[in-house]
Amino acid sequence: MADRYLTAVNSGVTKTVAKKLGLPRPAHLRRYRAGDPLVPGPVLVLGGKPGVPDAADDVAHALLGWDLDVRQNADADTRWGAIVVVLTEITSPADLSGPVMDLGGALRRLLPGGRVVTVSRAAGDDDSPTLAAAREGVDGFLRSVAKELRAGATGNGVQLTDGAAPDSPSALAALRFFLSGRSAFVDGQLLEVGPAEAPAATDDSPLAGRVAVVTGGARGIGASIARTLARDGATVVVVDVPAAGEALAKVANEIRGTALQLDVTAPDAGARILEHARSRHGGLHVLVHNAGILRDKLLANMSPDKWDAVIAVNLLAQLRINDYLLGANGLSDAPRIVSLASTSGIAGNRGQTNYGYSKAGVIGHTRATARLLREVGGTANAVAPGFIETDMTASIPFAAREVARRASSLQQGGQPVDVAEAIAFLASPAAAGVSGQVLRVCGQNLVGR
Amino acid sequence: MATNKPSPGRSTSTTPGTDAVIIGGNRIPFARAGGKYATASNQDMFTAALEGLVARYGLQGERLGEVVGGAVLKHSRDFNLVRESVLGSSLSPQTPAYDLQQACATGLEAVVTVSNKIRLGQIESGVAGGSDTVSDAPIAVGEGLRRALLAASHAKSLGGRLKAFASIRPGDLAPLTPRTDEPRTGLSMGEHQAITTATWGISREAQDEIALASHHHLAAAWAGGFFDDLVTPFRGLTQDQNMRADSSAEKLATLPPVFGKRLAASAGGAEPTMTAGNSTPLTDGASVVLLGSRAWAEAKDLPVLARVVDAETAAVDYVHGHEGLLMAPAHAVPRLLARQGLELGDFDFYEIHEAFASTVLTTLAAWEDDEYCRTELGLDGALGAIDRSRLNVNGSSLAAGHPFAATGGRIVATAAKLVAQRAAETGRPARALVSVCAAGGLGVAAVIESA
Repeated sequence: MADRYLTAVNSGVTKTVAKKLGLPRPAHLRRYRAGDPLVPGPVLVLGGKPGVPDAADDVAHALLGWDLDVRQNADADTRWGAIVVVLTEITSPADLSGPVMDLGGALRRLLPGGRVVTVSRAAGDDDSPTLAAAREGVDGFLRSVAKELRAGATGNGVQLTDGAAPDSPSALAALRFFLSGRSAFVDGQLLEVGPAEAPAATDDSPLAGRVAVVTGGARGIGASIARTLARDGATVVVVDVPAAGEALAKVANEIRGTALQLDVTAPDAGARILEHARSRHGGLHVLVHNAGILRDKLLANMSPDKWDAVIAVNLLAQLRINDYLLGANGLSDAPRIVSLASTSGIAGNRGQTNYGYSKAGVIGHTRATARLLREVGGTANAVAPGFIETDMTASIPFAAREVARRASSLQQGGQPVDVAEAIAFLASPAAAGVSGQVLRVCGQNLVGR
Repeated sequence: MATNKPSPGRSTSTTPGTDAVIIGGNRIPFARAGGKYATASNQDMFTAALEGLVARYGLQGERLGEVVGGAVLKHSRDFNLVRESVLGSSLSPQTPAYDLQQACATGLEAVVTVSNKIRLGQIESGVAGGSDTVSDAPIAVGEGLRRALLAASHAKSLGGRLKAFASIRPGDLAPLTPRTDEPRTGLSMGEHQAITTATWGISREAQDEIALASHHHLAAAWAGGFFDDLVTPFRGLTQDQNMRADSSAEKLATLPPVFGKRLAASAGGAEPTMTAGNSTPLTDGASVVLLGSRAWAEAKDLPVLARVVDAETAAVDYVHGHEGLLMAPAHAVPRLLARQGLELGDFDFYEIHEAFASTVLTTLAAWEDDEYCRTELGLDGALGAIDRSRLNVNGSSLAAGHPFAATGGRIVATAAKLVAQRAAETGRPARALVSVCAAGGLGVAAVIESA
């Protein structure tokens, strides 16, 4: 799906014209490629106090362990690949001023495709009003900073919960994800990370030895998820309705996985998925509920079959399959369930009452499923894509499509791989501390949170 | 009737050390001639069938023992059809392949051949199948033009070449389209079968009943998801195009006869009974079956549906009118049963290829005929009747269509899944009898048993 506007404002005469006219100029995003450095330049770690061992030092040490050029003092010349602001030790809103002013001073020298990542603590029920204000404030701050960034740079935050250490494996895995090109279209998001035992994050086949099932894997986002999980080392079973079998076979053969032609709404879908994964690949570790359909109509014109079909595929199928797998002890060895939600489920969308219900429902069950999976050492999360360049969005009329595309901080639609990368991160063993969360992949869409 | 138990003494006498097991199959939906696959070549279709199989069983990069298959209507450019398809697939390019052709029995004969090599230990795994297109059939030049062109290419001088070209007459320019007529009798297969149908006195109603059951059974199997792991869509076709789920006896009864009209006129007797509804339509498609030794399947974590027990090929003298063109399976089956110590009733499923509805009926009638079985088959008496509720339970060629070489693979994969399902339900072994008739008075029968 070519975004011709994006190409035009980044090349040749049209670039000059766009600049002169002050037109919005979406940037080419920095996406992950094997062998590329994690960040495009040195990393500035802010928030620490000189001479005192603190959380900022812990984070800086961890970053040094990734062979990055890490500094804790801003200078006037360096152009930064990323700026990490460690705010875990703030106790009052008054504490913010110092690190925030340091960040502001360095922002102009953030490289294209650079990153701002805050590391803070989520406000908790037991916090004093002052502490809660200090911590919750980071939310509005980070989202505002993200909207000020240019040239494909993004701002995201790691929000620690339940006393998780800033340099715990999952916190660092989230930090690494936000710094890397894998999070190219994730912007303005805060991701809660709790304490959990986990292996260290790695780019080197993090999913090796894992068996993953991707529903709706024949095309679009699903096919991209399958490719990305396979790239990360997983053995992938792609599932789609029998009618999509030709495209499904192509994906399976490309990624050396297996194709399972199956309607996820079938009563025995869970059993057939588990049987296939176990008998052919020895187990089931990662389940990505990506299959979904649209049947848009204004509620006043909605027919029962349009409503029911969307709920059946997008929500009930996930629930039934999860029920079966959990009941049959079908998911093993630090299992991961990642479900596709949507920004429509968060902010709502005209003509999508059925879709919006189903996707908000996904968010709801994900929190509940996460509690169930915790007992077996697993996680459940949701990813909410915004405007992604697929066959589906290509069918939106031109004007509406252009508005939707530009209505985000990154002023462009995301690619299917951007959604896939977020899912691969949540599916990775290192993300054990992330559970029950909704990670938006929307370029900081202007709607919703 | 069925014992549901393997007969004693059978497995030791004829089964060598290794079993050839059927792991699964794949085909593309069959398309009506000139339909969705009008521009697909045999190689395109065989490759597609192979790719779906590779995807289903995760065989990417795998070096299989052998891929064997063929096409009945074949371009000369497709001399290495199966090998070329392998090279265009995701299998290891080190997978050997060869073409085989036995008219409509091509697919089943390929299954027999591959399983025999597996049982001998020559290969551990293999794929058998076939592909056929009438839409993309080869068209040859007429004999006069062909001879002139060859003479011109052999000529040593310009004069010689001109002389060769000068010999061409306008009539030589008409292309030769492929025919399925029997070369030795000049009769089409339908006309041949019309003779057999009349000989056995098969009624129009009985034939329409077979056709109707085929459509209804096939439609029910599709609706029930039976083909979810046996078919991969191709070029936008997701189900067999010829299938008429809403077909009825009334609709079938309205169709005019197409075969046996001359026969009826000349003999002054039997009314023609064979219509477009109870004869298979011309069809495009391809199918493949994955076979292997048990050890190979186990090592690859692949399922095992059934094993190929034994097979028999027969041929009949149809040229001198002694036997019907498509009656060879009637001969092959009793020989196969005798070797295996089985009775005709010892089967849970009968898969008898529906070249025409009447082919099935004349074969069954022959087995029930005391006189015929004694004089023609050398038996002590009638071979017997089958339980018709076990016949082509998920439809057959009348509904699915019959892309000649692809039919064997379709039937074998279906039969293998049927016996596997039955065995899983009952906890006892299940057995299927497969038979496919073919041009040239040929016929192949095979016994398949749940593994």
